[in-house]
Amino acid sequence: MTLNDLFQIKETELFARKKIVLRCCMAAGCMSSNSKGVKEQLEKAVIDAGLQNDIEVRGVGCMKLCCEGPLVQADPQEALFVKVTEKNAPSILTAIKGGKTDVTQADPHSAFFTKQLSIVLANSGVVDPERIESYITQDGYQALHDVLTEMTPKDVVETMVKSGLRGRGGAGFPTGIKWGTVAKSPGAKKYVICNADEGDPGAFMDRSVLESDPHSVLEGMAIAAYAVGADQGFIYVRAEYPLAIARLQTAIKQAKIMGLLGAGIFETPFHFNVDIRIGAGAFVCGEETALMMSVEGKRGTPRPRPPFPAESGLFGCPTLLNNVETFANVPAIYRNGAEWFANIGTEKSKGTKVFALAGKIKNTGLIEVPMGTPLRTIVEEMGGGAPDGGQIKAVQTGGPSGGCIPAEHLDTPVDYESLGKLGSIMGSGGMIVMDESTRMVDVARFFMEFCMDESCGKCIPCRAGTVQMHNLLEKILQRKATARDLALLEELCDMVRNTSLCGLGQTAPNPTLSTLRFFRNEYEALLQPDAHGPRSTQTETTTK
Amino acid sequence: MAAKTLTIDGKQISAEEGASVLQAASEAGITIPTLCHLEGVYDVGACRLCLIEVKGIPKLLPACTTKVAEGMEVSTDSERLRKYRRMTLELLFAERNHVCAVCVANGHCELQTLAYSLGMDHVRYDYNFPKWGVDTTHRLFGMDHNRCILCARCVRTCWHVEGAGTKNVAGRGSKSKIISDLNQPWGHSESCTECGKCVMSCPTGALFRKGSTVGESERDRTKLEFIVTAREKKQWNA
Repeated sequence: MTLNDLFQIKETELFARKKIVLRCCMAAGCMSSNSKGVKEQLEKAVIDAGLQNDIEVRGVGCMKLCCEGPLVQADPQEALFVKVTEKNAPSILTAIKGGKTDVTQADPHSAFFTKQLSIVLANSGVVDPERIESYITQDGYQALHDVLTEMTPKDVVETMVKSGLRGRGGAGFPTGIKWGTVAKSPGAKKYVICNADEGDPGAFMDRSVLESDPHSVLEGMAIAAYAVGADQGFIYVRAEYPLAIARLQTAIKQAKIMGLLGAGIFETPFHFNVDIRIGAGAFVCGEETALMMSVEGKRGTPRPRPPFPAESGLFGCPTLLNNVETFANVPAIYRNGAEWFANIGTEKSKGTKVFALAGKIKNTGLIEVPMGTPLRTIVEEMGGGAPDGGQIKAVQTGGPSGGCIPAEHLDTPVDYESLGKLGSIMGSGGMIVMDESTRMVDVARFFMEFCMDESCGKCIPCRAGTVQMHNLLEKILQRKATARDLALLEELCDMVRNTSLCGLGQTAPNPTLSTLRFFRNEYEALLQPDAHGPRSTQTETTTK
Repeated sequence: MAAKTLTIDGKQISAEEGASVLQAASEAGITIPTLCHLEGVYDVGACRLCLIEVKGIPKLLPACTTKVAEGMEVSTDSERLRKYRRMTLELLFAERNHVCAVCVANGHCELQTLAYSLGMDHVRYDYNFPKWGVDTTHRLFGMDHNRCILCARCVRTCWHVEGAGTKNVAGRGSKSKIISDLNQPWGHSESCTECGKCVMSCPTGALFRKGSTVGESERDRTKLEFIVTAREKKQWNA
């Protein structure tokens, strides 16, 4: 494979392109409402109409407006058909030819789409995720070529540092610095791991990226491997994502056949292989040290850091671990340059962030916005506000490790620091909108139950502490708790956060703490008078 | 081996490079409470009792897995640490059924000793009262899951000292359980070498030698009666 071969493939593809393209969403969301049947019927209708030379029916990845699926978009007409059924197929063809149609259409120029800036999702909904040629047509693998032939590993790391990209898994650690540390760590064998164990309730960004554009992740991993000196990569995907796994397998196979993975990539001495490891349904395996234990075939429990994976990771070797979205950003950064990327976003948070918009909101789906976009723009303009004229009460970000941002703080810009100041986190990108009907204590209890069930059981504060905090929240909800119980809960939150071994336990109290911070009155309204008199100082004296 | 000098609780000490803070402290005569630490097997930092404060680091660090560093300033005994340690013990006591009065380990139990020494005089959380079974299928030993604190000392000992690999952890979170082989009754285990090292390593009464439990300490009163009757009726010699 050479650069010319890439151009050749692109040209052949463009030459063969038909006048009209019907893009059918084939990501898990739309497929669950029969987009596969829709695609088949569209193909049949095209053949019946004898238009197979003019119209291409292409299965693509996520087209973002998930709530209206199955989605079909016609190019160049820019018509976006929503909630398409198999019966609609002939009608859509009529519409393309300029006729009347009764199929519902959405406006592809509405705020939901125009306020987005696609870097990670640039190919999502455009390329056929099951064909590598489709990715190459969008200049795919050119960044890898340029990196391998024109840059030293040191340059690659430097470019990443300059771009200002921060880890998209949630904590926001600067990616370039991580790459640099792994590159500098001594060791003959190094690994690159892609963390695709997306587990936050309501989050589906990584799944969509893998289902829609798996090659961008593979290309990103290959560039990272070259930068740090690794020759083996693993993608750790949760078993609950069968479609993502299948598409990754196809992508890896195709890339290997083309010589874009394997030995001597682009006729350089660089070789890199990627294997898939499938998670067995443990949320904690998204924690990096637990993930590596799981890849090694052991029980997925975290271990104390240091040593950090960059020094001693998988099988004791220096290991680079990044999230799906982080890797998906990589090819674009090397295609367009670090300066281009650094110009997007805020001073400390560069680039864009993908969010899975869900909950009590009109437009649910995937959005990618520049860092620093106010929450209000996302929720009200893009999301269209709460359905049925409801009032938005809070926005939950960061899943079980995050917090609830109340409506009065909706003008907060979305970046790592601003969300942190409000006691929430950026997280991996789950964004759950809640309206007036949501009871915040219930929300806290739900996330605590989640953490309790998902605790690995290794350290005591997380294993036993989450059980007790859940008991106390349950007691409050049942109107059996007093002010003393609330004090006990707050004390436990502080203790579990400060003493737990890994991120799961350390952040498990966050949803409770953040709802206590902004919605304390809801907790207090459920408390019962203390039969033993006002002994709120009791807890204080017993702990001294 | 280079030496590192550090301060623990205001005391200047020197320790070998690569030593843990826990080792350095114990050599200097400073006791840090531990539960999952066991001399001779590797540390996992799971019980969180040995957490220490290190100047300049916002997070609390486990003394057993934190290596000494030059100029480190460690505090092992602050009001905050004492409070967290007591709470950790409270959580343990509420988690399973730790009833000292009827326990084989009463009087020589690390959990009990720690509760005394850290002043944990009562538990403020609701007891869970779980119904974990007791595995007495083994010829020599028994395992009472109700008294297990999941420190996994037995697991580490079984794998890394004896090399048998019988003991393991199954399940997740509060439903975690120490198992033998593939969750078989211990007595049916084919890998167990009956070495008893797991029993030696257990900090509580979860693992015990058979015959040492309260239930097994029955007195045989019939012998007394036999002796008295025999004496009265002069049944000694024919």
